[in-house]
Amino acid sequence: MLKRVHFPTSLLPYLLVAPQVIITLVFFVWPASQAVYQSFLIEDAFGISTEFVWFENFTYLAGDEQYLGSFGRTIFFSVCVAVLSMSAALVLAGFADRIVRGATTYRTLLIWPYAVAPVLAGALWVFMFNPTLGIFPYILEFVGVDWNHYLNGSQAMALVVFAAAWKQIAYNFLFYLAAMQSIPRSLIEAAAIDGAGPIRRFWDHIFPLVSPTTFFLLVINAVYAFFDTFGIIHAVTQGGPANATTILVYKVYNDGFVGLDLGGSAAQSVILMVLVIAMTVVQFRYVERKVEY
Amino acid sequence: MIENRPILNMVSHAVLIFGVIIVALPIWITFVASTHDPVRMTQAPIPMLPGGYFWENFKQTLFGGGLSGTESAPVWRMLINSLMMALMISFGKIAISLLSAFAIVYFKFPFRMGFFWLIFITLMLPVEVRILPTFEVVADLGMLNSYWGLSIPLIASATATFMFRQVFLTIPDEMLESARIDGAGPLRFFWDILIPLSRTNIAALFVILFIYGWNQYLWPLLITTETDMTTIVMSIKQMLEAAEQSPQWNIIMMTALLAMIPPVFVVVAMQRLFVQGLTETDK
Repeated sequence: MLKRVHFPTSLLPYLLVAPQVIITLVFFVWPASQAVYQSFLIEDAFGISTEFVWFENFTYLAGDEQYLGSFGRTIFFSVCVAVLSMSAALVLAGFADRIVRGATTYRTLLIWPYAVAPVLAGALWVFMFNPTLGIFPYILEFVGVDWNHYLNGSQAMALVVFAAAWKQIAYNFLFYLAAMQSIPRSLIEAAAIDGAGPIRRFWDHIFPLVSPTTFFLLVINAVYAFFDTFGIIHAVTQGGPANATTILVYKVYNDGFVGLDLGGSAAQSVILMVLVIAMTVVQFRYVERKVEY
Repeated sequence: MIENRPILNMVSHAVLIFGVIIVALPIWITFVASTHDPVRMTQAPIPMLPGGYFWENFKQTLFGGGLSGTESAPVWRMLINSLMMALMISFGKIAISLLSAFAIVYFKFPFRMGFFWLIFITLMLPVEVRILPTFEVVADLGMLNSYWGLSIPLIASATATFMFRQVFLTIPDEMLESARIDGAGPLRFFWDILIPLSRTNIAALFVILFIYGWNQYLWPLLITTETDMTTIVMSIKQMLEAAEQSPQWNIIMMTALLAMIPPVFVVVAMQRLFVQGLTETDK
């Protein structure tokens, strides 16, 4: 961790870490501890008096059907996004890995949605599915589906899942392709000589060999769906209709900035922080024991 | 190539082309929408082939007032704000991470590990989970509606510090030994040896951070209240809201196009660095 040869102790290293540490303290540690502190308070509607209530905000949340519903919805949303975008990426990477010429071209054409901001992804999809104008409701009408995500909760959920998964395919594809290309060719050749066809080889060799990547991507996709999709929800549905797409991050924002329930919002923040920390720990434990082929 | 299966090869290409079409479809529809006049964009079904109004919409969006009937900054102004924010975030992150990684790897000083862990925890707390208190801090410091407020709270980064730490650890000790024999002090060593040696890593990180900075949404949404400070990405949401009264989809989609061109261009033009940056920062 430290170099064997290093500079002697002086004031300099403190000056070097100072900018990073000051910013961390002011904009990370202090706000996070404020969130923890506020989560133990209940403030009246006018902000005049506050009362220290220990864990009342948390016990309230534990019994709050709206919060629990939002929790369940967030998990459902994350699972849908992860499964949809990862399986699409796995299939595309599997075929791109087979191709001798042109794999890089396909990569170029598939990775750029990564650069599209979530809120823009939301805007594009909400336009395509606009109930009066959009191209997809127009097509769906022919098969008898009446699309209106402003009224229909499950259609709204489907729309945000599509938009979120679409944006994430690029990332998953990139990592799957890299993982597949790092598998030694001799291994796949040996399987081919033993008579395994392409599909058999994919399921029995390639898929198990990229399983570390699958696990890594599961964590990354979960973090993405939990925290980075705020823009999509905000642009597409604003959490509606009737809270059908209110995921946890959106609820923190909504209760805090729109509902002005500071204590409740802070308690939700604290729960989210615990979740992020848990996910980061899982991710790091995995990185520590990298699987070798 | 393991075996020759022409049919399977064709299927592979077909599937990949299908995938490319699915991925590109939303962008195609956006582009098409930005090339038609507003009247055409209110008739269902919307067109699937480009029309002839691209330059008109382009001019109206970039230099006109954007959507008619709304108060907003001109789009060129938003593009500059976005660019400023993205550049300040990426340069700021790179600068402070380089410095702190240098200190942690090359110096032995009390509380070294304490500082390391302090930086480590920032990795765990995305701005979304602590927005309200962070907003209060920025408001108390009087940084609302400024480039500083837009960028500084986002530039503390553990990932970049970690990455530079890894890079520095791979640089052989002999470098430092010979530099010291030649009489170079710490800052000279940092500037003349470490920075040139980690040039590609810096470039790769820059690509990732530029996209990260450009695409920020929730943070600018909270701390900019003046129309002069709005960024292009957050303006889309305001336009979508306005669209419920007066749908001018040609202008909205042109704005969306302008908002995504810079980061997409960076990814495509610097693909190798982008891939390197992505795999290095996350793994």
